[in-house]
Amino acid sequence: MLYREAGQFKTTYVADSAIFPLREDRIGLAIIILGAYALAFLGNSFLLQAVMIPFLVFSLAAIGLNILTGYTGLLSLGTGAFMGVGAYACYKLMTAFPGVNVIVWIFVSGFFSAAIGALFGLPSLRIKGFYLAVATLAAQFFLQWCFIRIPWLVNYNVSGALDAPLRTLFGIPIIGPNATPQTRYLVVLTIVIVLTWIASNLVHGRIGRMWIAIRDMDLAAELMGIRPLQTKLLAFAVSSYYCGVAGALLVFLWYGGAEYDVFNINQSFFILFMVIIGGLGSLIGSFFGAALIFILPIVLGIVLPAMFEPFGISVAADVIEHLRFMIVGALIIFFLIVEPHGLARLWQIGKQKLLVWPFPY
Amino acid sequence: MIDMLFKVFIEPFLFMVEAPDLLIQTLWEGLVSGVLYALIALGFVLIFKASGVFNFAQGIMVVFAALILVGLYEKGVPAFLALILAALAMLVLAMVVERVVLRPLVNQPDIILFMATFGLTYFLIGFGELIFGGSPREMITDQLFLPQGTTEIDAFGGSIRFQHLDIAAAIIASIMIGLLAVFFSKTRIGRALRAVADSHKAALSVGISLNQIWVIVWFAAGIVALVAGIMWGARSGVSFSLQIIALKALPVLILGGFTSIPGAIIGGLIIGIGEKIGEFYWGPLVGGGVETWLAYVIALLFLLYRPQGLFGEKIIERI
Amino acid sequence: MSFRKLGLGLAAATMLAGMALPAFAQDSVYVPLFTYRTGPFAGSGTPIADGMHDYLRMLNERDGGIGGVKLVLEECETGYDTKKGVECYEAVKGKNPVVVNPWSTGITLPLIPRASVDKIPILSMAYGLSASARGDIFPWVFNPPATYWDGMSMLIKYIGEKEGGLDKLKGKKIGFLHLDASFGKEPIPLLQELSKELGFEVALYPVAAQDMQNQSSQWLSARRDRPDYMIMWGWGSMNGAAVKEAVRSGYPIDKFYSVWWPGEDDARAGGAGAKGFKMLNWHAVGANFPAIQDIQKHVVDKGLSKAPKDKVGELLYNRGIYNSLLIAEGIAQAQKLTGKKVVTGEDVRRGMENIKLDPARLKALGLEGFTDQLVLSCADHNGHRAAFMQEWDGTKWVKISNPIEPMTDRVKGQLDAAAKDYAEKNAGWPKRSEACDKAS
Repeated sequence: MLYREAGQFKTTYVADSAIFPLREDRIGLAIIILGAYALAFLGNSFLLQAVMIPFLVFSLAAIGLNILTGYTGLLSLGTGAFMGVGAYACYKLMTAFPGVNVIVWIFVSGFFSAAIGALFGLPSLRIKGFYLAVATLAAQFFLQWCFIRIPWLVNYNVSGALDAPLRTLFGIPIIGPNATPQTRYLVVLTIVIVLTWIASNLVHGRIGRMWIAIRDMDLAAELMGIRPLQTKLLAFAVSSYYCGVAGALLVFLWYGGAEYDVFNINQSFFILFMVIIGGLGSLIGSFFGAALIFILPIVLGIVLPAMFEPFGISVAADVIEHLRFMIVGALIIFFLIVEPHGLARLWQIGKQKLLVWPFPY
Repeated sequence: MIDMLFKVFIEPFLFMVEAPDLLIQTLWEGLVSGVLYALIALGFVLIFKASGVFNFAQGIMVVFAALILVGLYEKGVPAFLALILAALAMLVLAMVVERVVLRPLVNQPDIILFMATFGLTYFLIGFGELIFGGSPREMITDQLFLPQGTTEIDAFGGSIRFQHLDIAAAIIASIMIGLLAVFFSKTRIGRALRAVADSHKAALSVGISLNQIWVIVWFAAGIVALVAGIMWGARSGVSFSLQIIALKALPVLILGGFTSIPGAIIGGLIIGIGEKIGEFYWGPLVGGGVETWLAYVIALLFLLYRPQGLFGEKIIERI
Repeated sequence: MSFRKLGLGLAAATMLAGMALPAFAQDSVYVPLFTYRTGPFAGSGTPIADGMHDYLRMLNERDGGIGGVKLVLEECETGYDTKKGVECYEAVKGKNPVVVNPWSTGITLPLIPRASVDKIPILSMAYGLSASARGDIFPWVFNPPATYWDGMSMLIKYIGEKEGGLDKLKGKKIGFLHLDASFGKEPIPLLQELSKELGFEVALYPVAAQDMQNQSSQWLSARRDRPDYMIMWGWGSMNGAAVKEAVRSGYPIDKFYSVWWPGEDDARAGGAGAKGFKMLNWHAVGANFPAIQDIQKHVVDKGLSKAPKDKVGELLYNRGIYNSLLIAEGIAQAQKLTGKKVVTGEDVRRGMENIKLDPARLKALGLEGFTDQLVLSCADHNGHRAAFMQEWDGTKWVKISNPIEPMTDRVKGQLDAAAKDYAEKNAGWPKRSEACDKAS
């Protein structure tokens, strides 16, 4: 009824190949973006700082991995380390050149992880499938080792950890202890929206089609004139760029200082979960995946004790934690069985249903 | 510069010749860890061969099996009964996994099945900690008649120490591998397994029950996990951090090829010995701790030469 | 319905649930306990969590809290994971906690800059950032009773005494087996400084977190280097595995020393061969104290504790008690200073600066002889107290030395440099604005 494409005619190719050809989609998107900005003024600090900022950071990292795994079909388990490269690069840059605005360095730091990502992407020309996944583990463990072993990366801090010195934007602190969750959230939100917009243009354009061709069958793509090496390396570079920026945001705008351990193998797995549960080859799926995998445990942590409370059972924190693990594990299996193409597919089905509503088909 | 080259290319070898006792000791330690890595990798290979599932949960299965064994013993069950019960628990796990995870996901892409085993891992971590708690436990070595002591052999101007436990681990692992080989080549079920590995459809059409085969391979992998759990547990205690060590089985796998049992063994030995030698002779040059990534880099180098692993089936691509 | 809206709805539900829960009575003090009973470090985390909880619970049961105010205790499970720890911090922040104890160096580091903004004191007892001992630079962070640098200097001093004087260390070799993370690497600068000064050699053996249970290479290297002494900075399952590997590789166990973190279980892992393993400690082991007897009576016997009866009084359990003792003292002092009953984080920060645990006070608390005296002040948030050496006799820990004073002069140099460095690197680090109380 409300959501239909009937009557919207496209008269130019440009209009037809737009990312959101439907007016309703554009309106919906605008509402969501407005709502997200409004949340900065409505939400309390727990919601912003512990739920929304990490959710956005993880969404960005998931978009990065989705470009590599979902669009180009190259499985990577080194996401955590690539995020780390971005964070360490950003730290070095912003302490070496404190005069330049830190937002610039957040965007620039991504290029460093892009370079490292492309370097570790080189074997992808020969190695495929799970073999490649294990090869990216080499990147994960090697880079993690570098983070600990090279004190230069943390400016010889005795603690061996990254810290977040005060940095401002228009005179308002955005990094450092005095930055309010609200400003942090607005900065993260803006960066994520900009980068998502760029990503959506990339994957819907020529480059994205090249990636998809490589994913579907690289041999056939090669015969069609797509250069596999360049295309795969580009995917690695772009993917790592996104992960790198996400890593910088994670350390400086969310944690406000972190140890190398934040970028461990579990982080890589965590983001892979998001991509697969959200839907391979779907940008919106990355957001869904991040929401489900990151926010669900938090909600469970709050809801589970509340569920047992009325029965007079107080459940210990560790039992909650165990139940969280079990439920998340069971839900992963459940979602894979119900919808192996991820939440993004459910979203599509929902849209399809909306189009024909109130009729069954 | 020259000094640097000398330290990298000459000094370690000089040291090997100078102190052959340490070289042999290093090789032995590498051999033992290689065998233990291979044991974990074996579980992966069994499942991958028969069902095409890259079973990430193998690591937690190792911990889980060992915890059941120790947990039951602590509850007062005699050691050998506990061993049998732990094996039965692995059978139950195999049946549940087949019914709940594999059957509904049949014919899905590999990566989906891989993710499903991630879900299984999470579930088992939570479930295991809920039942047994998170504290590390001691493996019941004496009760299982595992030897404990050390033999010290004086040779090459020094001494070489052999742990009886390590010798036992090597022997038990060899027996396991031998049994599996016999099982695969001589028994009816083994032949059926090989048929399934070759082609699911062809196997189905001659009347082999896929579901049954899956239960059997997961059970076999569970038994391998139990043995690996006992051995690792005896070496360093049973705790959930053992699960992380299982990641070391991954380079072993890619080195050996996902589908080859001898590949898992030889891959395990190459990785085990390679990383110990690397850490021992070259690690100090860069501040140590290279062991964490060396295995993956070794595997990566081999892969560049042979993308399907040493013993993997040759990948033939057609359009 | 867009998913984003669904997300918002979920978040709103989260908020509602979050608000509905902490409906605490006004006359209580909220003490969150960050614990880890799961994950690879659970072996160390569980007894500490039990000890922390049981002592405060005992105060609630026996005395009705502190100064007549009930304590509301809530555990938050961190799994020794920075991500979950920060999440816990955000979750408890809104409920006016009087103090947080992160129990992980990795979690402490991101919390340090936030403490002064959120007005929540951090108690990182003998871990965390050593430099935070400087109260003038870190008014909100407390790390008594000793820093890792103090610990390292005590170990070197003890070893020197064994050899017959620090100068006899010349030409000796000391191995340093450590967790390859901020925590394990912290004492390295001091160790290297001392090695230059005293002329001993240092061999480093880092253990990566994922290889904690796979230490054969480190001990193989130790066989090559033949260090005269081994010093360990480990945590979680690393400790037990290290003792096991030391026994396996035939390292003389009586030359194997550790900082204060291994527990009974870790030493037991080495079996009979672990006899002679030594570690630093600063409080008693065992349950022979009136306060711990009260814990038995009021908490454990009533089934209010998660600790098995025989674990009460073990080393790490008592470590948890010590941690809670500091919390309780901080609250009690804050009440005394402000005259208020229900104190806030800011009051407890003042209270902590006025902690004075002398023998008389310890006796009054039912913990006579439990630990050496500890006096904190406005400038000194650590105390730099002496620790003693204890040895594993095969079944229990035995105290084998008198208190060993840290090498204050050397530690102080490191400390001041590190604190200055930290404040400089964190541009805009606030100058201390909190007034000092006269008592200190």
